[in-house]
Amino acid sequence: MDSKITRQEVRHVALLARLELTEAEEQQMTGQMNAILGYMDKLNELDTGEVEPTTHAVELRNVFRPDCVEPSLDRKDSLANAPGTDGVNFVVPRVL
Amino acid sequence: MEIHSLPLHRIHDLLESRKLGALEIVSAFLERISAIDPKLNSYLAAFSEKAVEQARLFDSGALDYAASPIAGTPIAIKDVICMKGALTTCASRILAGFVSPYDATVTAKLRKAGAIFIGKTNLDEFAMGSSTENSAFLKTRNPWDTERVPGGSSGGSAAAVAAGLCAGALGTDTGGSIRQPSSFCGVVGLKPTYGRVSRFGLVAFASSLDQIGPITRDVEDAAILLQAIAGYDPADSTSVDLPVPDYRAALDHSLQGLRLGIPRQYFIEGTDPEVDRAVREAIDTCRGLGAKIVDITLPHTEYGIAAYYIIAPAEASSNLARYDGVKYGHRAQNSPDLMEMYRKSRSEGFGSEVKRRIMLGTYVLSAGYFDAYYKKASQVRTLIKRDFLDAFEKCDAILAPVSPVPAFKIGEKSDPLQMYLSDVFTLPASLAGIPGISVPCGFTSQNLPIGLQILGPHFREEMVLRVAHQFEQATDFHLRTPRFMI
Repeated sequence: MDSKITRQEVRHVALLARLELTEAEEQQMTGQMNAILGYMDKLNELDTGEVEPTTHAVELRNVFRPDCVEPSLDRKDSLANAPGTDGVNFVVPRVL
Repeated sequence: MEIHSLPLHRIHDLLESRKLGALEIVSAFLERISAIDPKLNSYLAAFSEKAVEQARLFDSGALDYAASPIAGTPIAIKDVICMKGALTTCASRILAGFVSPYDATVTAKLRKAGAIFIGKTNLDEFAMGSSTENSAFLKTRNPWDTERVPGGSSGGSAAAVAAGLCAGALGTDTGGSIRQPSSFCGVVGLKPTYGRVSRFGLVAFASSLDQIGPITRDVEDAAILLQAIAGYDPADSTSVDLPVPDYRAALDHSLQGLRLGIPRQYFIEGTDPEVDRAVREAIDTCRGLGAKIVDITLPHTEYGIAAYYIIAPAEASSNLARYDGVKYGHRAQNSPDLMEMYRKSRSEGFGSEVKRRIMLGTYVLSAGYFDAYYKKASQVRTLIKRDFLDAFEKCDAILAPVSPVPAFKIGEKSDPLQMYLSDVFTLPASLAGIPGISVPCGFTSQNLPIGLQILGPHFREEMVLRVAHQFEQATDFHLRTPRFMI
């Protein structure tokens, strides 16, 4: 089976996914992703050139609702599960 | 007969005739949970005090649930569905301690109908898995053989129903997560049509596939619980505004003249011979009940696994981006900057299967690979959906196995791809969005339950339930109980 994804690419995908893998995880993930992506080659047996993709099982057009304000969670409830808050905002480590 | 082995509708009969009060019923279930569940681990949390409080309120008659067939009955909820004021962990460390600030629509509907919430059940982390072994907190055991898995991802709900630890439960099904554990645990599990039940308040895994449905002791209970949760919800723009039929009323129509399709692609080498035989016997039973058995073909069945394991992880990688250690959930300590904080929090919080799917999903959506994987899989999804639409020109419902194997041993499937391959018979219906049920249809020589899968056209749950009920009432598999029940 061809190698689908290198260890370096796994490291790059982990960055995109905002994950940090240990050396051991990275090695295992590379092997597993290669096996799984290799299996996906099966789809190339099918000619899908003219086939429309399905992204939703049930056809729906845009769903609109009236543009009006409805009740939403209050600030206290919204902040209740936050790991860092000053009582008004979410607090995060420095950004820059 | 003990209360815990009765179906929900019989428990409700006892309440209605005032032979028993809700407090007696709830107390009996709670006692059973504390006695038995330490050996099964089906619950992540049992609501002892709140359930007793709700039962007392019910018995006081202060609330009017006149026409509700579930009022006063103890219901368990898979812990991926929000319940106001209760922990919702998704069996993940990243949500340990998360208290939901609102009710999911299904929870609110059951609450309004007088259900007594008895606890929240275990699952594979974020519903990703087929054995419930991916829970970050507990390994649930199969009540029929505690060395085996209950299936997944709704393994906690299925095990709790099978062991008589609730009157009925809600599960969720993205690629088989209601049907497969129901099959492994010898109970009834219904995945409704995509859009039939609101997903508002269901923690998202793969938004184009996720559906909430009932796991129950018999088909009538499944009809009752579906009735209670089905319907359009403005809070879920993918829920569909179609009338909800009377599901219970449909059950008693016979199979006379119904055309039941047998897809040859579901009767293949590699299926356990005992499973194959039980399903073939079930087909004969349906023929004996007057159904016309017709051969059908679903030619793209074998591509379902590859398509699903591209689409579902792709959607998951996007949905799970919200766990960033900012608004809720786990945050890594001492991160020097925001990026470090994101990466450390997510890496500490997610388990290995969830990381694997986020990685796969991120990869197949990334620049240069989108067409080869995600677009290709979405096109194959069209072909799979067309297979079913063509098949339903020739038949009213489809009969098939749920899983090629009965419950496997804990730890037996350690390779992720091997685990994915076991979903072969449940994934196509999920990709097509059609309803499906698992109903007990036999036992292996080792006394492990086998499930019959019945699939119907979009929004024809009443057809699926009717076939399941007629089959069930002609057999006695649903009446057998694991040794744990005694």
